[in-house]
Amino acid sequence: MYRYDSIDQQIIDERVAQYRDQIARHLAGDLSTDELRPLRLQNGLYIQRHGPMLRIAIPYGMLAATQLRKLAEISQRYDRGVGHFTTRQNMQLNWPQLEQTPAILGELARVEMHAVQTSGNCIRNITTDQFAGVAPDELTDPRPYCELLRQWSTFHPEFAFLPRKFKIAVNAAATDRAVIRAHDIGLELLRDEGGEIGVRIFVGGGLGRTPILGKVIREFLPRRHLLSYLEAILRVYNRYGRRDNMYKARIKILVQALGIDDFRRQVEAEWAHLKDGPTTVPDTEFARIAAHFAPPAWENLPAVDELHAARVAGDLAFANWVRRCVHPHRTPGYAAVTLSLKAPGAAPGDISDTQMLVVADLADRFSFGELRVTHEQNVVLADVRLRDLHEVWQIARRHRLATANIGLLTDIICCPGGDLCALANARSVPIADAVNEKFDDLDYLFDIGDISLNISGCMNSCGHHHVANIGILGVDKNDEEWYQITVGGQQGNAAAIGKVIGPSFHAHEVPLVIEALVTVYVEQRLPSERFIDTLQRVGIEPFKARAYAGRDRRRGARQENREVVNV
Amino acid sequence: MSERIIRKQEIVDDPWQVLRLTSGESAETVPLPAGPVLLPLAVWLARRDEALRRYEQPGVWLDSDEGPEMLADDCRRFAVIGINFPKFTDGRGYSSARLLRERYHYAGEIRAIGDVLQDQLFLMQRCGIDAYAVRADKDIEQALAGLRAFSENYQAAADQPLPLFRRRAKHAA
Repeated sequence: MYRYDSIDQQIIDERVAQYRDQIARHLAGDLSTDELRPLRLQNGLYIQRHGPMLRIAIPYGMLAATQLRKLAEISQRYDRGVGHFTTRQNMQLNWPQLEQTPAILGELARVEMHAVQTSGNCIRNITTDQFAGVAPDELTDPRPYCELLRQWSTFHPEFAFLPRKFKIAVNAAATDRAVIRAHDIGLELLRDEGGEIGVRIFVGGGLGRTPILGKVIREFLPRRHLLSYLEAILRVYNRYGRRDNMYKARIKILVQALGIDDFRRQVEAEWAHLKDGPTTVPDTEFARIAAHFAPPAWENLPAVDELHAARVAGDLAFANWVRRCVHPHRTPGYAAVTLSLKAPGAAPGDISDTQMLVVADLADRFSFGELRVTHEQNVVLADVRLRDLHEVWQIARRHRLATANIGLLTDIICCPGGDLCALANARSVPIADAVNEKFDDLDYLFDIGDISLNISGCMNSCGHHHVANIGILGVDKNDEEWYQITVGGQQGNAAAIGKVIGPSFHAHEVPLVIEALVTVYVEQRLPSERFIDTLQRVGIEPFKARAYAGRDRRRGARQENREVVNV
Repeated sequence: MSERIIRKQEIVDDPWQVLRLTSGESAETVPLPAGPVLLPLAVWLARRDEALRRYEQPGVWLDSDEGPEMLADDCRRFAVIGINFPKFTDGRGYSSARLLRERYHYAGEIRAIGDVLQDQLFLMQRCGIDAYAVRADKDIEQALAGLRAFSENYQAAADQPLPLFRRRAKHAA
């Protein structure tokens, strides 16, 4: 993975000093609360329901074991021994003290980490495929491109105060695992007929209040022009994006208002001035960064490991885990492993300090000392020998990291919700818990098969509910928690925004509604159809009808509310 | 009358005034004060010839929704161009400053006016702003430190024509 040189380190060290001074001036009364807010947000510090929350950057999800150990140590010393992985592949600490945040950032800088631009109206953490560099369906490793973008976007002087936040994702595989069309800019690496690597650029995607999939602004742009072209897009957005209404300030609204063709004309006109300038990236720079991501010292192994095959054949629990949590690798004899952070009863994406240390050890022993955070809020060991899988599983299982539910109904993407987040309209983790309780039979989960269920506690859509087969959105009605259900969203190459099935539900109805939706699928599916396939074939109506069957929305709601209040 | 501003890393006394139209005043009729003065863009556009007669060194300021395109060929006439930051979180002025420097090759002073605070000075400097009318209630001596926040940068900008990736080799040497 990328290692800092002395300049990268110096820049991060100077950032810590700058932030320490900002906090000191704030505490001394020289920097008002309003003046500090954008500055602390650009260092990942929110003021939440119970106090501060610090969002630590994990660039494109890559972590070294030593870095995860540092996160464990920080969570022990400055927090409550737990971290939360987010859909931007970052980690949130929910209980730090404001006064201690400079010290935390100082600790992070020692292991080449920071919290730069994890919030604020600026370019956020770049995300990508968790299987980058090992996926069999990959054109090229996307991580050097992500790192190039990380450096370019870090303290970019022109784009630190954009109209709104700005998210970029990169995919280089046949299957998009980075949800690139749900981003302000989505980049898809391609090769043209001459063999040159370039990007297809999507712009104006995003979730939130107005979910929109990105549109193609450029079918193919040679990679050397990547940064100058993004500068042109960002400059047009910075100058002309709306600043009068924060709900209409994302680039997607500008693209929608102008239309993609007019927006493209403006960007191309701007780019004409920047093209071939000094920001053109030479091959030597791509090569310099790519060298940091050179493959680890994979052994020459047979594609089939007899011992592993025998263990799979002889142990159903292990076989189930292999089926859901072990993924193909481009190198014979190796596999990528997802460690599930979605054990029943656990808050999705949460990882304890002990688990962090266990994962760091697993990475050191079995996966070249590196790991990845997924946008689905799990952890990946990317380079495990087939013959080691059983031991990895046994260790992971002891620490509740081996739930065999990756891609299944209980592999829920979920924001922290109203228990912690000041923005949330409703709690999300208890909904995830309730779904887990309802669907506690692994055989049934396996029978239901591939399905995505995502939960967001508010319209900001941190839980990506719009792109889930079943999406759950917390809404506020007269200070009560309600949940709106969408169906038909999906990630991947056929990315789609889900449709609302109707009036929202009370918390205790949600698991019943999920059960109803799943039942319609199980009844109507054809062999080999996934939930989303059946839904697309038979349409939304049967699902809707079953979800509301026997429910008088309004009267039922009042009764339920009384129950909740009395509790 | 003068006020203290930061110009090229130093605190100096400066005589320039900023003319701001109040409600009821119009660009066409507002009395032009004695110079030196930064005129609102609308006044400049409405009364260019009059301003050129009146001021030996004219000045103008752009609001955050006004681009340097509106000045274009007139750029070189100005000793000072102000860029207004109505709120420090309004980042449009950064693009305006870069365009003035890098596209229109304006070589005179670009002065940040409005909600100008210590923690944005470094970014402003990188975008080609070289004078800063720090908000009056702030300690300008303390603000000066904001210009020295970082000693190296990744991107090319108005202050540095080459991105770091074109300079790393030299650093390492």
